[in-house]
Amino acid sequence: MSIRTITFDAIVVGGGGAGMRASLQMAQSGFKTALISKVFPTRSHTVSAQGGITCAIASADPNDDWRWHMYDTVKGSDYIGDQDAIEYMCNVGPEAVFELDHMGLPFSRTEEGRIYQRPFGGQSKNFGEGGQAARTCAAADRTGHALLHTLYQQNLKNGTQFYNEWYASELVKDDEGNVCGVIAIDIESGETVFFKAKATVFATGGSGRIYASTTNALINTGDGVGMALRAGLPVQDIEMWQFHPTGIAGAGVLVTEGCRGEGGYLINKDGERFMERYAPNAKDLASRDVVARSMMMEILDGRGAGPDGDHVFLKLDHLGEEVLHSRLPGICELAITFAQTDPVKEPIPVVPTCHYMMGGIPTNVHGQAIKLSGGHEGEDQFVNGLFAVGEVACVSVHGANRLGGNSLLDLVVFGRAAGLYIEDQLRQGMTQYEPTDANIDEAMARLNRWESSTGGESVPALRKELQSVMQNHFGVFRKGDLMAEGVAKLADLRKRIANAHLEDKSKPFNTARIEALELDNLLEVAEATAIAAEGRTESRGAHSRYDYPDRDDENWLCHSIFDPTAKKLGKRDVNFKPKTVDTFQPKARTY
Amino acid sequence: MKVSIYRYNPETDREPSMKEYEVDTQGKDLMVLDILALVKEQDQSLAYRRSCREGVCGSDGMNMNGKNGLACITPLSQVAPGVLEGKKPLILRPLPGLPVIRDLVVDMGMFYNQYEKVQPYLQNNTPAPAIERLQSPEERAKIDGLYECILCACCSTSCPSFWWNPDKFLGPAALLQSYRFLADSRDNATEERLSKLDDPFSLFRCHGIMNCVSVCPKGLNPTRAIGHIRSMLLERGI
Repeated sequence: MSIRTITFDAIVVGGGGAGMRASLQMAQSGFKTALISKVFPTRSHTVSAQGGITCAIASADPNDDWRWHMYDTVKGSDYIGDQDAIEYMCNVGPEAVFELDHMGLPFSRTEEGRIYQRPFGGQSKNFGEGGQAARTCAAADRTGHALLHTLYQQNLKNGTQFYNEWYASELVKDDEGNVCGVIAIDIESGETVFFKAKATVFATGGSGRIYASTTNALINTGDGVGMALRAGLPVQDIEMWQFHPTGIAGAGVLVTEGCRGEGGYLINKDGERFMERYAPNAKDLASRDVVARSMMMEILDGRGAGPDGDHVFLKLDHLGEEVLHSRLPGICELAITFAQTDPVKEPIPVVPTCHYMMGGIPTNVHGQAIKLSGGHEGEDQFVNGLFAVGEVACVSVHGANRLGGNSLLDLVVFGRAAGLYIEDQLRQGMTQYEPTDANIDEAMARLNRWESSTGGESVPALRKELQSVMQNHFGVFRKGDLMAEGVAKLADLRKRIANAHLEDKSKPFNTARIEALELDNLLEVAEATAIAAEGRTESRGAHSRYDYPDRDDENWLCHSIFDPTAKKLGKRDVNFKPKTVDTFQPKARTY
Repeated sequence: MKVSIYRYNPETDREPSMKEYEVDTQGKDLMVLDILALVKEQDQSLAYRRSCREGVCGSDGMNMNGKNGLACITPLSQVAPGVLEGKKPLILRPLPGLPVIRDLVVDMGMFYNQYEKVQPYLQNNTPAPAIERLQSPEERAKIDGLYECILCACCSTSCPSFWWNPDKFLGPAALLQSYRFLADSRDNATEERLSKLDDPFSLFRCHGIMNCVSVCPKGLNPTRAIGHIRSMLLERGI
């Protein structure tokens, strides 16, 4: 089958923070780079990030040290974050953040004219010994918006070629499994094209839409993870899903941790500041997994508020109108719109809500995608031509639990790192792998399946069912038998989705077609999550099991690796060898 | 309740038409975007853009009972009196003045072109320091009310001057962005920026109608920004 081919040196799939930081780097180098995004780039989910970007730029505290940030991140990850990658991120971070300022990002400021930093959860000074740190660089509570628009503006300035409202549907591989590019659909015209490139960078973001209740945008459907899994590539630590403590009850809309950083706190229906019981030192600024579990325990113990006792409150009114309107203006808007609550006067009803995918495509610090291998140190092999950055990737800097403000840092540091590496490789001469017609046909098979469907269940109904399975069987607290039931339900859904119906087959701006293709990806992510969650028989970070309540370092101080072909869970070593500092040894994790 | 939606598929329709749907909201004051999702469950051929569903990405600007706004943060009760109670239909049309691609999806090309014309990126030809460029809180406060723009196009597509000259008049959104950089103490391309605006159309076609202000879902004030640029141009001319 012959379709139009468009050739670039490098293509980036995804126009959020990571993708645009990578494309910016490559555009500046003069190589022919395209960015393919299913939405106009400033509509990407990075725009919703609120509180800030955590980085030791030593503004709030002149003595701040990136090693302290590294310590917090390793501890936050519950010790399965790779220490070489965390070291790289925390060390390079300040340079990457100052670059953002030079690009024009409108950070809030201190009296000294420096970037304003606020306290966030899990932050400490002096390796946990010096009390709470304030390390999150903020542009009011719209840091993601400011970051995303700044990166888009810089890409415009540097001439990145954008393919906006193009949807990448499948990886194209040659017979040896080398990546040659992607198949993508021009949503506006409906045309299908093969984008051929020496380097394909996935920056497709997360997949929070596998859950019924999520802070994620409607577009977060795990397209990159779906494409990787269908290509037979593994994903790592995919059972690790962060539930953000403060999603607005009912709506799922995010309320930044920065609220608690600025002095807000959580109360139960009796008005009690309950975090004092669960985390006596850090209280409301304990790690997100800890706070989310504490809230769920309050609710399960009957101290939840509302007619159904299904949420708690975030109290902010004591901060005063001036602080709220200057530091948290976006939150005030969201609370009024989605909770009919003015935080200046009354507390916001909140509940832990699916927020972030810690797992993803395993990569090294250059973004190179890692293949299935023995799993031991030094055995990693790479997928030629494929890179992943941002939430879709698992470098891994977040391990079993991400610290607030580290996602934006991850985006810019590793988007930049992949860009630098690819630029260097292109200069040395990268191979362009050539697919056969049969390889292209294989990549078109899924699209063709939907196009030729004549009957079957509808996409919205199946999507709803999948989301409720994930919500009910793989939530904050997990249990073996409940998860086994969930895995079986997903297996049934797989059969039904394979026979589902795309009724509208028209070409121009057919969003039903895109939603159908997205459903396949949601299913891939959901199934990998389910099997990995059932397989990790311990509690660590965000993965918390009633039947295995303790952390098991003997068996599980490792990454999980999900093999989509065998549908089996394997293990991969965590890196404990940072290059310039001593290893942070695992210890009991208390806040 | 009744919903009336502008439908047009260039592949099958010779001309656009309004199609009526019946939706059960169970008496809840849902957002307009929720209503669209319910309609799409009935009729998957309906096309509209959406992403963040919380008013920060700017995807779902549309015309609701005659007024531009974001579907995701507009509750039925705010659209028009009687809509929530089902006494009046909810009427959804694409943003006015831009070519329609399909249904509620408009071609934003002209809007983005005008944005790009104002060189919407920081320009500073002095060497960057090893840390951030310092900026006082007072200097930083000057770009509040400007940098928050989400490029939803609600303002420009409600502006008669933009309807009339969408190629020559930059429109409120692009001019707001222009002032965002003029007002940034870290930018030093002021003279170049102003000289590009100094013609009869780019900026001076603004007649202070202020539709932009009344529809901006983020509560921004492009007319005021345009006034500031106007003053800068006048001062420069003296």
